[in-house]
Amino acid sequence: MTAHDRTIPSLGQRDPVLRIQEVDKTFNGGVVALRRLSLTVNQGDFISLLGPSGCGKSTALRLIAGLMRPTLGRILWEGGQGSDDLGVVFQEPTLMPWATVAQNVWLPFRLRGKSFNSVKDKIMEALALVGLEKFAGSYPRELSGGMKMRVSIARALVTNPRLILMDEPFAALDEITRQKLNDDLLSLKARTGATVIFVTHSVFESVFLSDRILVMAARPGRIIKEIQVDAPYPRGIEWRTSAEYARIARETSDTLHSTLEPGEAH
Amino acid sequence: MSITENTDVVVANETGAGPLFDAEEERYARAQKIEAVARWVVPMVVLSLTIWLWDRVVVWNEIPHYVLPGPGLVLSTLFEDRVTLFQSLLVTLQITFMALTVAILGGVGLAVLFTQSKFAEMSFSPFAVILQVTPIVSIAPLIFIYVESRLVGLLLCAWIVAFFPILANTTLGLKSADHNLRDLMNIYKATRWQRLRFLQLPSALPYFLGGLRIAGGLALIGAVVAEYVAGTGGIGSGLAFRILEAGYRLNIPRMFAALLLIALTGVVIFATTSLISHLALRKWHESAVKRE
Ligand SMILES: Nc1ncnc2c1ncn2[C@@H]1O[C@H](COP(=O)(O)OP(=O)(O)OP(=O)(O)O)[C@@H](O)[C@H]1O
Ligand SMILES: [Mg+2]
Repeated sequence: MTAHDRTIPSLGQRDPVLRIQEVDKTFNGGVVALRRLSLTVNQGDFISLLGPSGCGKSTALRLIAGLMRPTLGRILWEGGQGSDDLGVVFQEPTLMPWATVAQNVWLPFRLRGKSFNSVKDKIMEALALVGLEKFAGSYPRELSGGMKMRVSIARALVTNPRLILMDEPFAALDEITRQKLNDDLLSLKARTGATVIFVTHSVFESVFLSDRILVMAARPGRIIKEIQVDAPYPRGIEWRTSAEYARIARETSDTLHSTLEPGEAH
Repeated sequence: MSITENTDVVVANETGAGPLFDAEEERYARAQKIEAVARWVVPMVVLSLTIWLWDRVVVWNEIPHYVLPGPGLVLSTLFEDRVTLFQSLLVTLQITFMALTVAILGGVGLAVLFTQSKFAEMSFSPFAVILQVTPIVSIAPLIFIYVESRLVGLLLCAWIVAFFPILANTTLGLKSADHNLRDLMNIYKATRWQRLRFLQLPSALPYFLGGLRIAGGLALIGAVVAEYVAGTGGIGSGLAFRILEAGYRLNIPRMFAALLLIALTGVVIFATTSLISHLALRKWHESAVKRE
């Protein structure tokens, strides 16, 4: 849109979902969390925001989610924002402990005034997508950490939103569970065609999952480079062990480290 | 369990299908069983011993019954005066429960109001605190001057004592909803009412129930204390009045009988509120769920 728009038109020319234009976010204390953030999110994108702690990744997600307003700049939804446009997965599962798994997934519909029975099929479908249809009647405390995260993902998916935001959703999980959930997330994406913005600390996770990696730097928070990952979906163990994967991981890692200690890393 | 270290391992059966018990596990299971029984038996035994000792002290020292009646005499007095005493018990119970009901409605209502409007909280919370910190015995005489009806006066006193823990706990509970869930409510554009209904009230439930357990006991205390202050009342007198009356007449066994009823009532109220709390939370709250 503007001269600062970093989006490189990707193959197949997808429709844009969301445009972030020249967004600045300064907190009351004078902390500049984000400076001149511009990004166009296209239908079907899997974007990773990768950067050191404190570079404003969560702030960017919160801005997109409408939980706070940009100090400067605009965030525009293509065709306006509807009430079912967003699904969010936090770092913690963020489930209501007093409600069963199915009731938790019901929440987005419930807030639209839909009765449980009228959306039961969709709830069970979302639970089936994350492999938890057998646990519909369980309470969150009866589930493992990975299973709770799946419920959280099912809740984000259930309304079939235009955009899903994920803020380090698997950071608290062990490596094995994390890889499994990464695989599952990709097959989910393949089946639903969801558009995802995924915040992570992990270079490997970002290379494995996304088709666009936005590497960010801190103080002030900004995007310093976009790395395209053109490997086709579905991706699996072949992708994880391929030479191309290693090359991009190396490139991403180098970019990331160049942000850490400016002047020292080179 | 390490086989090499445990020499006394008992292998269940040849097919290996049965459970594998070792001595340590068995010991643990036995300890659990003993504890389950002891939980009931020990307090019973101690209580019986205490009553027996009380009886013996009275008999051995030949203490006259107008100084300290023995447990047997207290029980027989309870039986002889049952009509008067139970009528009074009903009056006390009635005041306690009415006060508790109003305390629940008022406490929860105010708590909701406080979380919905900062302005309401700023305006009313000083009054709530002042009412709470002023000893009820010092306000009660005034209340009985200004309020015509004795029943309403008693109710008001019991209510003042009982409502604060419910208000304070529920307010805290309503405010302690998980912040990510609050964000989620914002993202899905929940209305104020939906936020209250689906997030804040359920989050506050454990806190409210904690407050209820305290308030139940306090309502009884409030009812009894208020009646002491109100003094003679003629018809519809509660247990506190019976104690006062028995004191004037040096009818000590009856005092003890009334006291026993009050104590029992308190225990029953506590047990009931604890049970309600347990039933409401057992499915999901850490305080009530059993862990293996
Ligand atoms: N509510 C706030 N008030 C003031 N400063 C804030 C607030 N939220 C975030 N910040 C600051 O903004 C900067 C970016 O924070 P943010 O949480 O977006 O980082 P992040 O990239 O998500 O970090 P992490 O990877 O550790 O989660 C930080 O310097 C932080 O201190
Ligand atoms: Mg963060």
